[in-house]
Amino acid sequence: MINRKNLIGLQHFDPPEIELILDTAVAMKEIVSRPIRKVPTLRGRTVMNLFYEPSTRTRTSFELAAKFLNADVINISSSASSVVKGESLKDTVRTLEAMGTDIVIIRHPMAGAANLLAGWTGAAVINAGDGAHEHPTQGLLDMFTVREKKGALEGLKIAIIGDILHSRVARSDIWGFLKMGARVSVCGPATMLPIGIERTGVDVYCNVDKALEDADVIIMLRIQLERQKAGLFPSLREYARLFGLNRERLSLAKKDALVMHPGPMNKGVEISGEVADSLQSVINEQVTNGVAVRMAVLYLLIGGGDA
Amino acid sequence: MPEKMRQKAQILDKEGIRRALVRIAHEIIERNKGTEKIALIGIQRRGVPLANRLSGYIREIENKIIPVGILDITLYRDDITTLAHQPILRRTEVPFPVKNQKVILIDDVIYTGRTVRSAMDAIMDLGRPNLIELAVLVDRGHRELPIRADYVGKSTPTSSKEIVEVRLQETDGQEGVFILGEG
Repeated sequence: MINRKNLIGLQHFDPPEIELILDTAVAMKEIVSRPIRKVPTLRGRTVMNLFYEPSTRTRTSFELAAKFLNADVINISSSASSVVKGESLKDTVRTLEAMGTDIVIIRHPMAGAANLLAGWTGAAVINAGDGAHEHPTQGLLDMFTVREKKGALEGLKIAIIGDILHSRVARSDIWGFLKMGARVSVCGPATMLPIGIERTGVDVYCNVDKALEDADVIIMLRIQLERQKAGLFPSLREYARLFGLNRERLSLAKKDALVMHPGPMNKGVEISGEVADSLQSVINEQVTNGVAVRMAVLYLLIGGGDA
Repeated sequence: MPEKMRQKAQILDKEGIRRALVRIAHEIIERNKGTEKIALIGIQRRGVPLANRLSGYIREIENKIIPVGILDITLYRDDITTLAHQPILRRTEVPFPVKNQKVILIDDVIYTGRTVRSAMDAIMDLGRPNLIELAVLVDRGHRELPIRADYVGKSTPTSSKEIVEVRLQETDGQEGVFILGEG
């Protein structure tokens, strides 16, 4: 049972709640695989996608999830709204709430934006990524994908590799997988490992070969080229050589290790095209599973007697 | 639900359930003039073991294998957005096309008829069957919709304050149908 109105981050979720979301997503995935992908559950409900950062897959995924459940969906991107006229987040949300919105899905460049918004509105709030804080539905779909392939999460060794510092995906994955009993290692250039990350309970490596040893799951993070002006590593070529996942490196992990990536990929930088398209890669399945997991979250959050 | 519900009566025992299901199996075959194009779909949760058993009895009688599907109707409930907590979703698994089939829905108890209404909507979303029939182990009355069962194991008048509880080996570890009530 989920006694919450909002999904801000996995840090504050309990293992049984995560388990329930993943179990619910199993049933949702069956609906996604049907010829007619529509159930009437959220008929008459309105879901708002409020995106202050560019996004294709997350926004589309939420939009499809809501539409498969028969909700009405409104998409608002900051570049095409009153935000460019200087309206504050609070005023934007109050206005949209007055039009009757049941769920707000927000992506924002500032960590904590979703949490702030949850305090201002009576609608349910789902964090679709806030700064470098969390991206909980990505963490959930990663766990769902791994659980589907491996049967269980407990005891697995998960290696997360890349720019941990700027990655909200890494944070949601770390909290989620640790709570479900997996072992998590993080690895990246020392300039991209947040200070104190080991306090979450992860193992920290600067040598990618060590981090990959015996891994059951490898999660490669995107090098966010738009955030690399600070010069945290000398060149993309060097990064690819020292931290990129290629076939030789992949052989250090377990034979049946899964390769994952939240997308969009920079092929040839953090991951070679060969590995991304290999049989061990479940990158496309992550996208499919994302819709099912988001349907589960929408379903579980919109319950509540005041309808 | 009131806190203290006492078992007031047992309306079917293990043997009674078996006899009712065997009779329903015969009725299904008789009414459909055989088993051609028949598919059973059990409604989660106790409709599922009942559907499996009926399929088994029909096979014993006609020596034909009847496909069995599983349906979870939660997402089709008409009260879904007014419940305090979202019910747990269970799996739906209908491993055959329902198009042009004679679908027989199986549930343990028919009461208001709302579950069956949801189930019919859910099946329509999977395809267009030739017909849908309904088989239940117990009909306890109090319909709120114009729906009736085609095959009934036992009809029992009840008070709406009572609870009809079906216990099956597969889901509950014992067999029997009981009426629970206050005092």
